[in-house]
Amino acid sequence: MDRLLNIVAGMSILLIGMVFLAIRRAHIRVEYSVSWLSAALVMLILSQWQWALLQFAQFLGVNNAPFALLLIMLSLFVIVFFRFSVIISDLKDANIALTQKLAIIEYQLQHVQEKHPPTDPS
Amino acid sequence: MILIPAYNEGGSIRRVVTEARTKVPGAPILVIDDCSMDDTRTEAIIAGADVISVPYHLGLGGCVQAGYRYAYDAGFHYVIRIDGDGQHDPRFIPLLFERLRESRVEMVIGSRYLNGKVPATSFARGVGIWFFRQVLRLILDKEVHDPTSGFVGVSRQALEVFARSFPLEYPEIEALVVLQRRQFQFVEVPVVMRARMAGQSTITTLRSFSYVLHVLLGVVVNILKYEGKRRKV
Repeated sequence: MDRLLNIVAGMSILLIGMVFLAIRRAHIRVEYSVSWLSAALVMLILSQWQWALLQFAQFLGVNNAPFALLLIMLSLFVIVFFRFSVIISDLKDANIALTQKLAIIEYQLQHVQEKHPPTDPS
Repeated sequence: MILIPAYNEGGSIRRVVTEARTKVPGAPILVIDDCSMDDTRTEAIIAGADVISVPYHLGLGGCVQAGYRYAYDAGFHYVIRIDGDGQHDPRFIPLLFERLRESRVEMVIGSRYLNGKVPATSFARGVGIWFFRQVLRLILDKEVHDPTSGFVGVSRQALEVFARSFPLEYPEIEALVVLQRRQFQFVEVPVVMRARMAGQSTITTLRSFSYVLHVLLGVVVNILKYEGKRRKV
């Protein structure tokens, strides 16, 4: 059991490190890193604080604490993935609206330029 | 205004625009080129249409919505939409327009199933149309004979709604649910649809099943959708 919990702790630390590195290199925005950092912190705490993990396992009605930890891990990642699906959907909507507006403005600009061709400054 | 969404319709768009100009002289014709890889844009311009080219492929719904958005902002009161593949005969455009104006409904649908002749269609598509007729009858409390028809006319009230919110993929059926949620009315008028002038339909037999699932989910989502908090983009 200890080995599994240590592996989970190691993975959590690795995830936290990766997220910080990504923030530093501006590969991920701070507001979107919060979900991953929260998930990794919860995993780290539960893997190292066995009393809390046992309480959780008892609450979930699971006899096996590592199994409870995996269940929590899975739930956390499902929540994070769902959050990102919402964000991606929002981005897609915004992208489509911007694309449509850009195309319409480009078309209107073209018409204006046809009516009033730019004069030669020389 | 006549709206023609087009994606890789280089083989037919010139004829479609020319026919539309002949049948409805004086009506502005706007082609929305959905980032085609062929000469759709050039052909449409040669035929005398105005062309809005979107910078990346949006799909049918996004492309049609761009046209509705433009028409609404430009102050048009009626928009008749036809496909760029030549299936929709432009000689029926005045019929749709008159019906839209006289009946004061928000949408008129050109239906291929109202003139007594049942046009040839694939088995999968036929089953799909039958299935959605039943679904829509339950939701709209009204028969829709041709729920997948893209030959439609919309009024300014519907334009306002569609400019803000329009289903992105396979939009025809979902658009009816969007209208119903706003208690808008629609009528069907009989039209004759032709074979495509060029190209192939994107809805293959395999895609028909995905289409049914996709649209069914879209219909349910549109019924449940709460738009009060959505920001206006």
